[in-house]
Amino acid sequence: MTAIAPAAAPSSSSGLLLLLRLRTFVALILVLGFFSVMAPNFLTAANAVIVTKHVALNAFLAIGMTFVIITGGIDLSVGSIVGLCAMVAGWLVLYGIDPGMGWSIQFNTFEISLITVLVGIFVGTINGLLITRLNVAPFIATLGTLYVARGAALLSSGGRTFPNLNGNPDYGSDTFAFIGTGTILGIPVLIWMLVAVGLLASYISRRTPLGRHIYAVGGNERGAALSGVKVNRVKMFVYMFSGFCAALVGLIIASQLQASHPATGETFELNAIAAAVLGGTSMSGGRGRIGGTIIGAFVIGILGDGLIMMGVSSFWQTVIKGVVIIAAVVIDQAQQKLQARVALQQEAAAGR
Amino acid sequence: MSAEPPIGLSIRGGVKVYPGTRALKGVDFDLRMGAVNVLVGENGAGKSTLMKVIAGVEDLTEGRIEMDGREVRFRDKADAVKHGIGIVFQELNLFPNLTVAENIFIGREPVRGGIDIDREAQRRETRALMQRLEQDIDPDTPLGLLRIGQQQIVEIAKAVAQDARILILDEPTSALSAHEVEVLFRVIAELKSQGVGIVYISHRLEELIRVGDYITVLRDGTITGARSMEGVDIPWIVRAMIGDSSKDFPRTEAPAFGAEVFRAEEITLPREGGGYTVDHVSLSVRAGEIVGLYGLMGAGRTEFLECIMAQHPHATGRFFVEGKPLTERDVAGRIDRGIALIPEDRKRDGLVQIMAIRENLTLSALKRFTRAFHLDLSAEATTAMDFVKRLTIKVASPENPVSSLSGGNQQKVVIGKALMTGPKILLMDEPSRGIDIGAKAEVFRTMRRLASEGLGILFVTSDLDEVLALSDRILVMANGRVTGDFPAGADAAAVISATAPTASKGAAA
Repeated sequence: MTAIAPAAAPSSSSGLLLLLRLRTFVALILVLGFFSVMAPNFLTAANAVIVTKHVALNAFLAIGMTFVIITGGIDLSVGSIVGLCAMVAGWLVLYGIDPGMGWSIQFNTFEISLITVLVGIFVGTINGLLITRLNVAPFIATLGTLYVARGAALLSSGGRTFPNLNGNPDYGSDTFAFIGTGTILGIPVLIWMLVAVGLLASYISRRTPLGRHIYAVGGNERGAALSGVKVNRVKMFVYMFSGFCAALVGLIIASQLQASHPATGETFELNAIAAAVLGGTSMSGGRGRIGGTIIGAFVIGILGDGLIMMGVSSFWQTVIKGVVIIAAVVIDQAQQKLQARVALQQEAAAGR
Repeated sequence: MSAEPPIGLSIRGGVKVYPGTRALKGVDFDLRMGAVNVLVGENGAGKSTLMKVIAGVEDLTEGRIEMDGREVRFRDKADAVKHGIGIVFQELNLFPNLTVAENIFIGREPVRGGIDIDREAQRRETRALMQRLEQDIDPDTPLGLLRIGQQQIVEIAKAVAQDARILILDEPTSALSAHEVEVLFRVIAELKSQGVGIVYISHRLEELIRVGDYITVLRDGTITGARSMEGVDIPWIVRAMIGDSSKDFPRTEAPAFGAEVFRAEEITLPREGGGYTVDHVSLSVRAGEIVGLYGLMGAGRTEFLECIMAQHPHATGRFFVEGKPLTERDVAGRIDRGIALIPEDRKRDGLVQIMAIRENLTLSALKRFTRAFHLDLSAEATTAMDFVKRLTIKVASPENPVSSLSGGNQQKVVIGKALMTGPKILLMDEPSRGIDIGAKAEVFRTMRRLASEGLGILFVTSDLDEVLALSDRILVMANGRVTGDFPAGADAAAVISATAPTASKGAAA
């Protein structure tokens, strides 16, 4: 009789474990199912594209944020980088660069994108240097760059909006709007970009030494360093990558609106953190998946858009979002406990 | 000889079982008042467990504690304190940011009206305590500014302030200078004359003989000798400590050493506040040789290994691998040159607990499976499985987190990780710490096998048995310097006495 109990326990708990592991996915299906019943027109192709476009912006930031959080850090500056990069893109489209000699350098769309992205990576580099070289805590370092980048964005236009970013055919910048509004094979460019960045990040995390090192640094920084992992380089990479992702979002928003406003991207960092956490990324570092984060971003986005379509007050939406995030973390804790127990049982069954 | 001092506390048939090990196997221990009761034994012999039982930190599994003829049970440490038992742990439990007086009264501050701390009373009592201990320490000094020896005195004062009739000192002199040791001995003599029963744990045998009145020797959880200190000499203690039968990890074949694989020259690591943690250490290891680096805690052995692994940028000196100077400044570079470290603290330094067994095994050697930037996961999994088999790591699945393994198997994962880098010299810091006796033997067999395959091994240990049984050569370190160099089969007493060179304790104070 005693032999039955231990045999039965692992199978039931591993079934539960599978369910918990896929919880973000389950949550996604639940919200999808709920809104397709409750909100008419929710489950249409047109709406799917709209929702995805909303989600994409947050997903970009959340992907970068996931890497940072896996190393045990945090990047609060992404929202401000979005704003700064939107202003940089707007400035370049409108004015080009003026060396102050009576003439100016103008750029085509590709060059504008490149420079904007480099600005984002540059801010990420500053974050990384502050954290690795000067030993500033990530929270504080990125809080500082949050203010600096936002201030720089406001200074660039004196707080005004750069309007009418239509570009100029003579400079090859008239295609600027294509980034945010164009389509390839009927699917918006920005969704293609999300797919590309998502696949790239996922590949890095699973199939490159760099990815493995990111997890190792978050799991045990000292141990990783003693194993020959170049901890500082890994940290530099994650903040630069996060800056890169934020720059893409700034570029896309400026292009979509054909205008850039210095307040663009305020509080975006919090949504990105929420998506990463919802997707199973552990704030203490070492755990998280790019796929999970993207699903997390979709759950948050669909929840928001679906509630709007149902006519729920936006104040309630905020409350619901908060509850969902807290629930996600509570379930995550339960999963960790169960997972540790199942692994211990397996090892015990294997007979030390 | 006058009448024997009274027995203040005794343990009868004390048994303490931890999961997997019996730390105490039926111990009878008498603690005499107004005397220094010396307790000696190897690491893991059960000294600390016995003291934790007396101090109420741990509860006996079997057996009983008697005080003044009545059986007592301590629910927790506070309960033991109420019975007049104070303990000064090896690692001081003090707050460097608070003053001496605040430290002494932490957790039981005298208050006025239930809220306001009566600082004047604190100060007054602290001053009285310091007078009693004949110390010139101002109650208002922040503790962090005191020398380590004075901090120790403050810790003792804290115990005395709680009217301790029994005071346990766990290796109190390990961090003290010769002058500070004298001060401590004066304090001990003072307390003794006031009728306090003192339990004194130390590895320094000369010190024990000097200060002790009664001696108890523990080995593997049993008491192997208990008597009055009269007539006790170092050979007697050593015999009682390690027994006549040496544990067997015999060499299977005659050692065939190759060329020198590793040499360190004049390695020096300055200590904060003067002196050296590692003091001009030079040594060399040949291929196929196991060199044991023996010494007490704080002798600088771990720091020396850390110097080799580029953990101390301020260290000076030269390293050579196979005769060529080691110029790489970072860990990855040194691993590439064939150095591998198995750190003392597995949890903190050796493993990434939440990562899978496979991922931990390959963490240092990912280059082996990488083309350009692409990681070949199937090659990685194959190699990881291969190492699991070679080192007989017992795992259900290499995908389980490493934290699910027992200590011995975790240690093998750390060894596997080091071996996967293809090292020429293996540095092992306390390779048998925290693993049970069976796993220990297996780790030692693995070390022998690796050495016979031509690897040079430098291992640090505080276990005399281990160093005697396993080493082809024994180096002893004390106070940052190499103080002894013995061939295999050296005399145990000679090795022990090299760990505490009495003359070298410069009066740094």
